[in-house]
Amino acid sequence: MTIFGVPTQALFGQLLIGLINGAFYALLSLGLSVIFGLLNIINFTHGAQYMMGAFAAYFLLNWAGLGYWWALLVAPIAVAITGIVLERLTLKRLYQLDHLYGLLLTFGFALIIQGLFRHQYGSSGLPYAMPAELAGGRNLGFMFLPNYRAWVIVFSLAVCLTTWYVIERTRLGSYLRAATENPALVQAFGINVPRMITLTYGFGVGLAALAGVLAAPIYQVNPLMGADLIIVVFAVVVIGGLGSIMGSIVTGFGLGVVEGFTKVFYPEASNTVIFVIMAVVLLLRPAGLFGRAS
Amino acid sequence: MATTDRYVGATLPAVTGVSPPHVVAFLIMTTALVAAPFFVYPVFLMKALCFALFACAFNLLIGYVGLLSFGHAVFLGAAGYGAAHSAKVWGFPPELAILFGTAAAAVLGVVIGALAIRSKGIYFANITLAFAQMVYFFSLQAAFTGGEDGIQSVPRGTLLGVVDLKDTLTLYFVVLAIFLVGFLLIFRAIHSPFGQVLKAIRENEPRAVSLGYRAEQYKLLAFVLSATFAGLAGATKALVFQLASLTDVHWTMSGEVVLMTLLGGLGTVFGPVVGAFIVVTLENYLAQLGAWVTVVQGVIFVVCVLTFRRGVVGELGNLLRKSL
Repeated sequence: MTIFGVPTQALFGQLLIGLINGAFYALLSLGLSVIFGLLNIINFTHGAQYMMGAFAAYFLLNWAGLGYWWALLVAPIAVAITGIVLERLTLKRLYQLDHLYGLLLTFGFALIIQGLFRHQYGSSGLPYAMPAELAGGRNLGFMFLPNYRAWVIVFSLAVCLTTWYVIERTRLGSYLRAATENPALVQAFGINVPRMITLTYGFGVGLAALAGVLAAPIYQVNPLMGADLIIVVFAVVVIGGLGSIMGSIVTGFGLGVVEGFTKVFYPEASNTVIFVIMAVVLLLRPAGLFGRAS
Repeated sequence: MATTDRYVGATLPAVTGVSPPHVVAFLIMTTALVAAPFFVYPVFLMKALCFALFACAFNLLIGYVGLLSFGHAVFLGAAGYGAAHSAKVWGFPPELAILFGTAAAAVLGVVIGALAIRSKGIYFANITLAFAQMVYFFSLQAAFTGGEDGIQSVPRGTLLGVVDLKDTLTLYFVVLAIFLVGFLLIFRAIHSPFGQVLKAIRENEPRAVSLGYRAEQYKLLAFVLSATFAGLAGATKALVFQLASLTDVHWTMSGEVVLMTLLGGLGTVFGPVVGAFIVVTLENYLAQLGAWVTVVQGVIFVVCVLTFRRGVVGELGNLLRKSL
């Protein structure tokens, strides 16, 4: 069976890969968006923190004997704590300055972290075994669906939607949104805004680390796994509109799928298609698809 | 001075004209550069000069318009490919090859600038970075760039049909001349009425617009100028090393030029030159340490941003109470 001259097997295969990549784009751009909303900085360390999540899973398995399910819980928290320390000690000092300094500082940290890991573990990947419960796959008739990949898509979608719900529909989220609009006023109402900023940064970093744990069994655990990925995610964030929660989720998954299909129909452009879309979106809607013009 | 670093690059009061400290500093710099090849390995110096020009071009944008481009490597790398390809495949003489490469960067500057200039601050940094990555992937796949191999053994040729550039010392003085011309043109641009308008836009764009300046056009022109001079540096570098490669288009190179300018002093005239020489020297000594180079670069970033935002030349100027 073929569609547009392409075997359905290949088409659905790329759709699946697209959805997987989209899941990572969505999780990472969601974290960037949440951080940007409150801190007004682009967290350049995000890619390194995604990598740290994957390494944390690897360490937990090899040093502490804790498997995938524990890693899914412990690794994001551990990496989030390092993020919180970073925010408290350094980022906090820059809030009064031009936001570009935040970008430069987090870029510096990304270089340090990636350099240290590369020094210790080289550039080749370390293997991380898939959890036994999710090994294998099922035949859907038109394609073969590996269980682990289905899990990644479903789980990350659930995490994204939960985050959206908490921010847009709960009391805690309303504080957060209010602080994004006017931190001084929210502080005047007796809410501890600096602590909220710290925890928000930790949460965004935790999301990146969670994406890293999910990625570990699919891609290998590699010191540079986040270095190039994060630039694609920056483009995803620009397309979706910085600071928009739902925008990040929808564009993340959507662009993953578009990229997957590009691999089928015009493979040469698969690396650049997201950047081309970004250029078009910038021409037509400079604030991004879901962003509000400031 | 509480508001000094509210804006990136706004670390020093606006400079209105050529002041005696500039002349003295320029004479010291030129004398040192003329004497240097007799004491230091000339190829190393040429590398530093190319990066110094690159950083000066970058500084034109961040220091005087307040726009942080995180994709400036594109112009360096694209001009390198242009110069290398035209010299090797089409047999252009060096002067035309450099002009061709520089023109290629200028055209790319118009295209990327027109798209990116409508945004500010973090968005601008993000967008330039994304476009740079796009050009990187293009260079990886396109046939004429040679992909991972790059364009190798580019002929240096004979300048204007007279000066044989195979001699390293001769080449050094040609590169020095190119650097000085580029440096002085950038200096001229910064201290012209055009440069004053750029600074006005940086400090308060709505006010500049209300005074009748077309801010977008000024910013675009500054962006194209910056891209062109970055291209001049890249084209020269390709002839010096007889190589155009992916390294020069990669985002790590964009990060490096930010580092040089930040370390030397954002928005200072001589800062980028000093920063480029420090970073190139450092990399030279650390080269055998592999991944540690990245770590050291990261540490410099962090230290500069947290405690040393004026940079070497900025601090020096502050100490001497002169604008350098």
